[in-house]
Amino acid sequence: MTPTPEPQAAPTRPDPVFTPDAAFFWEGVARGELLGQRCSECHKLVHPPRPMCPACHSVKRETVKLSGRGKVYSCVIPRHPAPLGFAEAPLVALIELEEGIRLVSNVIDIPPASVRAGLEVEVTFAPTRGGKAVPVFRPRQGARP
Amino acid sequence: MTQYAAIAGIGQTEFSKNSGRSELQLAAEASLAALQDAGLDPADVDGMITFTLDPSDEIGLCRCLGVKDLAYTTRIPGGGAASVATIYQAMAAVNSGIADVVLVWRAMNERSAYRFGQPLVPPSGGVVNVAGNGTGSLLWCMPFGAQTPASWEALAAQRYMEAFGVTNLDLGHVSVAQRRHAATNPRAWFYGKPITLEEHQQSRWIVEPVLRLLDCCQESDGGVALVVTSLERARDLKQPAIKIQAATQSIPAEVEVISNYYHGDLTMMPEAHGVARRLYAKAGMRPEDMQLAMLYDAFTPQVLRQLEAFGFCPRGEAKDFVKGGNIEVGGKLPVNTNGGLIGEAYIHGMNNITEAVRQLRGTATNQVKGLERALVSCGMAGAILTHA
Repeated sequence: MTPTPEPQAAPTRPDPVFTPDAAFFWEGVARGELLGQRCSECHKLVHPPRPMCPACHSVKRETVKLSGRGKVYSCVIPRHPAPLGFAEAPLVALIELEEGIRLVSNVIDIPPASVRAGLEVEVTFAPTRGGKAVPVFRPRQGARP
Repeated sequence: MTQYAAIAGIGQTEFSKNSGRSELQLAAEASLAALQDAGLDPADVDGMITFTLDPSDEIGLCRCLGVKDLAYTTRIPGGGAASVATIYQAMAAVNSGIADVVLVWRAMNERSAYRFGQPLVPPSGGVVNVAGNGTGSLLWCMPFGAQTPASWEALAAQRYMEAFGVTNLDLGHVSVAQRRHAATNPRAWFYGKPITLEEHQQSRWIVEPVLRLLDCCQESDGGVALVVTSLERARDLKQPAIKIQAATQSIPAEVEVISNYYHGDLTMMPEAHGVARRLYAKAGMRPEDMQLAMLYDAFTPQVLRQLEAFGFCPRGEAKDFVKGGNIEVGGKLPVNTNGGLIGEAYIHGMNNITEAVRQLRGTATNQVKGLERALVSCGMAGAILTHA
């Protein structure tokens, strides 16, 4: 019997949870865009998303395309219990974007133990088990760990 | 004349890994014990306070105890951040006259029925609610593999540790001190089981490079209750009244419980700094006046950041402060003398409050000599307890 080729592994990463005020973020990610929320009146950028601007109280808001560039602010490797949906322990990081907001994410394409705060990273996207996607980060071209 | 409230009674069940009975029964047993400790009848209770997360129902508990006519109930959000806030709210209710005898409880089968230490992602997606309100941003953690309280805490603590050169070995001194306290406390799960720094360092990584197994609190089954009434009434009851000299909460802008990544400076705990500022001002006291600190210790880095927030040492220096027996009984500032949530049990912070009461009554197992003033903190709330 000839061995059958290994099928392409289906994504196992948990899906993001869409909430009314953050749906724009995940819809953008599904299209391959990293979006932030900006106040239409005073242009303050906020994260996590919210229905009212804390600076001017406007409920008018718009999405803005983020640079996708930032630096690792802090990072850890959850070892035990093993996170659900991950074959290998992921590098969980807080990413501080150039725009000054922070996102919880992963840094990929680099050995987890070699990631340090200050590492320059850029966004890419990873699929989830339910056909959605999340933004993850990889070292920027030319950036050193 | 300033009105004061007091803790008149404390009660608890045994702390275990499998209580073998319902959470409501644990709540009822602990509550009855607290009322009997105070010398009060359940019919005296007219106020009840617990966590938003507590699975037992006020009316169900009233039906067990025989509470006759409840005048006031409320619940506090934020997981363990509710713990010291319960006695703050009880104090406020008593001082404002809306309730006379307030029963505070927290009871859970957090080891045998569900485990906070396991990945909190349901198979259908979404998030298991571990903290009630106040932690909406956990949604932003789950798809990235940060699925446990340990991983959420570690992500913030790593920044603090890097900024001040704190190592996991430094954290080990907190565990060793608390396990030493637990070892001589018969109520503690880890009674008779002290650990060494070497054992701490040999315990497996939970979240590298921040938390090892022995940096984490337990998962526990059990119930704890307290009775708060006016100082005046408490003085006529069975036990020495323990005065709530001052209590407060602080939730600064952009701060949230545990997935606390969006405020300006993750090398500090702004909520604890806020609590400290308000608490010392209200009490007219200073850090040097505190003779015991019961600090919420779900994870060892929280102890370090609270020590700094409450002014026991400058920022970044808690890693040195916790060494050399400073935080043990007989040291400069005994901390978590029951063993804390790490050594005694994880009853969501409430067992750290009852320990402060026992210490002030002079009935603690690891008694601090000449104790008159104790700090209790859960980060977002704090209280200074004193002799009446």
